[in-house]
Amino acid sequence: MPVPQDILVSIRSDVDIVLARQQGRSMATSIGFAATDATLIATAISELARNIVTYAQQGEVAMRGVETSHSKGIVIVARDNGPGIRSIPDVLRDGYSTSGGLGLGLPGVKRLMDEFAIESEPRRGTTVTIRKWLK
Amino acid sequence: MPTTKRSANHLQRIVAQSTELLQELVSHLRQNRTQLREEWANRITEAQLLTAMTKEELFAEATSVYDNYVETLATGTFEALQSYSRNLSERIIPRGVETHEVVGIVLLLRDVLARSLFAKYQGDFTMLNRILDAYEPAANRIANTVAVGFVQERERVIRQQQEAIRELSTPVLQVRERLLILPIIGVIDPQRARQLTEQLLRGIRTNRAKVVVIDITGVAAMDATVANHLVQTVEASRLLGATVIVTGLSPEIAQTIVTIGVDLGKMNTVGDLQGGIEQAERLLGYKVVPVADAASS
Amino acid sequence: MEVPILKQGRFLIATIQAALSDADLLQLRRALIDKVIHFRSHGVIVDVTALDVMDSFATRTLRDITNVIRLRGADTVIVGIQPEVAFAMVQLGLTMEGVATALDLEEGLAHLQQRAARNT
Repeated sequence: MPVPQDILVSIRSDVDIVLARQQGRSMATSIGFAATDATLIATAISELARNIVTYAQQGEVAMRGVETSHSKGIVIVARDNGPGIRSIPDVLRDGYSTSGGLGLGLPGVKRLMDEFAIESEPRRGTTVTIRKWLK
Repeated sequence: MPTTKRSANHLQRIVAQSTELLQELVSHLRQNRTQLREEWANRITEAQLLTAMTKEELFAEATSVYDNYVETLATGTFEALQSYSRNLSERIIPRGVETHEVVGIVLLLRDVLARSLFAKYQGDFTMLNRILDAYEPAANRIANTVAVGFVQERERVIRQQQEAIRELSTPVLQVRERLLILPIIGVIDPQRARQLTEQLLRGIRTNRAKVVVIDITGVAAMDATVANHLVQTVEASRLLGATVIVTGLSPEIAQTIVTIGVDLGKMNTVGDLQGGIEQAERLLGYKVVPVADAASS
Repeated sequence: MEVPILKQGRFLIATIQAALSDADLLQLRRALIDKVIHFRSHGVIVDVTALDVMDSFATRTLRDITNVIRLRGADTVIVGIQPEVAFAMVQLGLTMEGVATALDLEEGLAHLQQRAARNT
């Protein structure tokens, strides 16, 4: 089965958050992820899209299936031109205890996925790239 | 070291010649397809490889391998070969074909084709050398690609089987209505921990369990990651409306849990499994009657 | 999309459909407060069986709903969190402390009845 195409969801309001995560779930399922992993992926997308709405007002979430000689997986890029993050280590700081759902939720998103990368500059915007692979 | 214009052109000429040679080689292989394929199939049988297959199957697979081999030489790209190799492996692994057989047949094909090149160009030693210079690296890369593809597929199948075994060996037991017991024994790695969590949560839903006893008496040690999984399992179970009692917590593991920042006081722990089951029954509203009384009533 | 809220005796049952937007959740909060006041309900069940993702906003809002309804003297219980959703929630660090949860509608009603009995 061919790996699904690119999907780009423009994020402007809370309604787009739902759309982005639904698209993410359906792409994950067609790539072959099981229900549990598809839920993790959809949840991660939901959090990233939510950050865009909350902090940058607008941005986009791109998702794409990937295939290497080793495995298949999904890559998601959430980007915005918002205010950016002043201190990346601070937002990634995390103990094992729960955060109660406050803040950017990035440590949580990192836990849900296999790979996580973030680029951000104050006033230039933020790009978060996450990946998950089929086991 | 800068490449001068002259040596850049020289390099270009070599590459162009190599491509020309490969194209000549490819047409030779296509023209002689029938007999080269038959020769190869015979050598496979002689070497007693692919014995799991019938003659017809062997011939059919040989045909498709041959065509893919030649096509890869013609295009110089390996993506199609990688997919084909994965596909082939998926088909033949369930038939019991082993790694040495796959490597063996690909090397035999390489030899059969090399021999036919010797035969064709034996009159022109220079030409023979040039054609082998073009052929050998490509042929070796093909052998490598097919072998690696096969091995990776085998590894994937083995992982799947291990996962299935793990699932069978960690039963979630329903001992009473609304009460589940999950005895964990041995070494837990993060992957197994996650699998246990998923199984338990599904079990809670299916059995409509209100109390779960997780017994870790049989677990020698736990690192922070796995301890965290345990805590997450307790929290996730609560979201499904179940109370979790953890039994058999050794002092070392208790220490690990405290180290990761969890308040042990918030976790429901009991010394041993028996005690845990009794507390579970109390929570569920069962009366705990001493055995002697039960026997006499 | 409005969330249907049914009255069952002294309790209210809100059944959430999938694809719930933030605005829908906030609307639910308002509607539940109104109805608890109007019917003098003793308890509320929010059934999230159909929710395939629970993110930080959903969690925060359900906690808000619980707290606000408690101000009216009523209990709230969230039922029907799916195993995969529960797994994702704890990985994300959302545990809904302080919010009562139960497996399904039946368990949710039993929980509310127990609480109501204790309070009388």
